[in-house]
Amino acid sequence: MLDNNQLLRFTTAGSVDDGKSTLIGRLLYDSKSIFEDQLEAIESTSKKKGYDGVDLALFTDGLRDEREQGITIDVAYRYFTTPKRKFIIADTPGHIQYTRNMVTGASTANVATILIDARHGVVEQTKRHTFIASLLQIPHIIVCVNKMDLVDFSEEVFTKIVSDFEDIASKMLVKDVRFIPMSALLGDNVVHRSENMKWYQGAPMLHTLETMHISSDVNKVDARFPVQTVLRPQNESHRDYRGYAGRMASGVLRVADEITVLPAGFTSKIKSIDTYKESLEEAYAPMSVAITLEDDIDISRGDMIVRSNNLPTASQDIELMLCWLHNAPAKPRAKYTIKHTSNDQKAMIKEVVYKIDIETLERITDDDTLQMNSIAKVKIRTTKPLLADAYRENRTTGSVILVDDATNETVAAGMIV
Amino acid sequence: MSKYYLNYLDELESEAIFVLREVWAQFQNPVILFSGGKDSILVTHLAKKAFYPSKIPFSLMHVDTGHNFPETIQFRDQLIKDLGVNLIVGSVQESIDQGKVAEEKGKNATRNALQITTLLDAIELHKIDCAIGGGRRDEEKARAKERFFSHRDDFGQWDPKNQRPELWNIFNGKHFEGEHFRAFPISNWTEMDVWNYIKRENISIPSLYFAHQREVVWRSNSWIPNSEFLMLEDHEEVVTKKIRFRTLGDITITGGIESEADTLEKIALEVAAMRQTERGNRTDDKRSESAMEDRKRQGYF
Repeated sequence: MLDNNQLLRFTTAGSVDDGKSTLIGRLLYDSKSIFEDQLEAIESTSKKKGYDGVDLALFTDGLRDEREQGITIDVAYRYFTTPKRKFIIADTPGHIQYTRNMVTGASTANVATILIDARHGVVEQTKRHTFIASLLQIPHIIVCVNKMDLVDFSEEVFTKIVSDFEDIASKMLVKDVRFIPMSALLGDNVVHRSENMKWYQGAPMLHTLETMHISSDVNKVDARFPVQTVLRPQNESHRDYRGYAGRMASGVLRVADEITVLPAGFTSKIKSIDTYKESLEEAYAPMSVAITLEDDIDISRGDMIVRSNNLPTASQDIELMLCWLHNAPAKPRAKYTIKHTSNDQKAMIKEVVYKIDIETLERITDDDTLQMNSIAKVKIRTTKPLLADAYRENRTTGSVILVDDATNETVAAGMIV
Repeated sequence: MSKYYLNYLDELESEAIFVLREVWAQFQNPVILFSGGKDSILVTHLAKKAFYPSKIPFSLMHVDTGHNFPETIQFRDQLIKDLGVNLIVGSVQESIDQGKVAEEKGKNATRNALQITTLLDAIELHKIDCAIGGGRRDEEKARAKERFFSHRDDFGQWDPKNQRPELWNIFNGKHFEGEHFRAFPISNWTEMDVWNYIKRENISIPSLYFAHQREVVWRSNSWIPNSEFLMLEDHEEVVTKKIRFRTLGDITITGGIESEADTLEKIALEVAAMRQTERGNRTDDKRSESAMEDRKRQGYF
């Protein structure tokens, strides 16, 4: 593997019926990422279940309940590497009752793969998955039109699905969409080019994943450095050292840059950007570094260092797209802990502006209850100003979670509008 | 002008450092679970980077089964000295002596499952609210569902179907008195990533990982090291082979593979060509299809 190889995270949403597990199994099998003992295990299970041949879908079975019920319950992470890239798959269940798990898997993905059964075309579930990909602002979408073998590898069927998909996607905020006709079962256009669909001029799925441009997925414009902790070694070689440890959320910071520390508003200049190995001239997302400043300023966890000519909005009144993740519904006007980068404070949900019907994608304005899997636009008020960026500009400083103080459970995920 | 993206190893490193700093910021008394294996050595190395120029702010905790490779203990003690950190040892032998757990019987007896009690007792005794582990999601199917911040109830148990959702990089470590967390900074690393990184950073690891001559017995499809704890069957024969270990655990259950790889470069090449998973040589995972899930639910690493 080459030194400059990148890491690509993608999510797969779909149900067992779409052939999602078969697709993942095929991707891993044909890229030679399945080990012999794993293959032996699924061979023996396939035999026990009385299947002809090996069912590659079994490779993605996880917990005992999932094996017994033949479903995916939780997000499972899988890994494979090719000579070009390292891949992390967030394998998420596609059923409506697991919306929260799809949202979880989507939150860190560069690419969403959306499976469509060629026999059924664009269905409600396709809409839902695309909506979640757009809500979570996954930068790229690959639409896998699967089971082409069952429609005689028909170009006409594929073209119709592409056009139907573009109809629904045009109503959402999606940027980069690619379409691939495939048969995961037979391996057509997954890793190897299909012999059965010569009319398709594009690349197979793996090649697409290996070559798509992802360096611009992270915001490189707005310099944001949330402080995680302060390093004060007070040892002989570093008696007066005061380093602010954190990870660049976005943008670039350079030595001598004029910075502002929020929320206090103090200004200073960057003195050094340090790592264990060396001191750097600049840091960019997602690097973990320690920053020292020219002036002695009181800075602690939860503060944010930003470039002085580019500040986030500090406001106590925030609009969010909220996905409710917990069994217990939202309590009206209750207070929650809101976690935003390294900052914790309290927030109250003041108003549910509208909910989204996840099946029809229509807005509901006469129902303001938030239950498990609800997606809604809400207004919240925080006790102190939140250093907000819009989620569509910045996935790190534009995202929050809500925690219920009575149970300590994570109850909601929010994206700043 | 330089490039503005990280390669995969730098991105994994940065993510792990971020997680370690979150642990330090969100918990009162975190420790690193240190087994002497490459994964816990890697986590310790990453912790050194995360807090430099400060010292690693965590103690290292070793759950000692008493069935150790002597090389592991030597390595552990040297590392503790070099880093200047505190070591906490939880002893399985003591748990047995106190009657809290009973030794398994028979030739396949191991102290693997007994570690759970010792671990949970040590966590309670030392009021530890977060134990940082070297678990990776690629190791085993139950681990594929693990969070970076994994909640344990006041009995130390893991409930895989009822985990807190973990979105973006916002970790929720809030907990009540008596509960604790496990944190897994290298969740997203594969075995290959670990070796490539160890090679790149030239991290020192126990000699057991390099090919060496050792007395072994062929059992459960791998070479089990001969030791005072091993009960030999009549048909089993002790032979000397050039072997190395892909994972390190209790000496009674860790199988070696025949190998000529005696440098980090050769190991990385060998791992890249492997057709078996690394835990394929661990008899503890072979007991049933959900052996790992069952142990993890009870509080295993």
